[in-house]
Amino acid sequence: MINKILFIAAIIMLLAILLTLYRFIKGPSAADRLVAFDVMTVSSLALIALIANFSSRVIYIDVALVYGLLSFLGVIIVSRYLERGL
Amino acid sequence: MDSTIGIIGAILTLSGSIFIFLGALGLVRMPDLFNRIQAGTKASTLGTFLSLIGLLIITPQWWGKLILLMIFILITNPVSSHILARAAHFIGVPLADKTVTDKYKEEEKTFSIKDEIKNDTHD
Repeated sequence: MINKILFIAAIIMLLAILLTLYRFIKGPSAADRLVAFDVMTVSSLALIALIANFSSRVIYIDVALVYGLLSFLGVIIVSRYLERGL
Repeated sequence: MDSTIGIIGAILTLSGSIFIFLGALGLVRMPDLFNRIQAGTKASTLGTFLSLIGLLIITPQWWGKLILLMIFILITNPVSSHILARAAHFIGVPLADKTVTDKYKEEEKTFSIKDEIKNDTHD
């Protein structure tokens, strides 16, 4: 029962990541693509935590932590570059 | 195996994933960059937070790393969205047609007028 509900949640998160991928490809300006990248990485962070629960390994949570850190750094660096502050 | 607490945690995770999906839908449907930032970032923050709380209820022996991840998301996601909105306003991303007011531009205009008055008095 628990695994079925978590599997449905994982499928919904995957659909959300596909929607943000649409915005990432189509987005009119670079800032739109940056917003799509931010939302996509945060959503996939929750998906990585779900996969860690499915395979019952704690080490995947560390992968999610490093992934979130790199996404935060990437968004900040690219937006500073767009602002011509870098 | 199917304890009530575990089912409550699974339902929390499901509601978090629904919030993430609604945020992504807003990212596709909204007409403007700033509306997209509003819809996407806030909803994805709440959705990720709820799904991590659900996983924390399901597997309480992972509490350390999950709480660290939740605090990390709660701190970094608003910061990155704020820096993104600031950069987008400075490089002049166009607003939507239905925009009523732009407080930041009005503030800049009044400040520049004050600076001109100050320079005139100094001269």
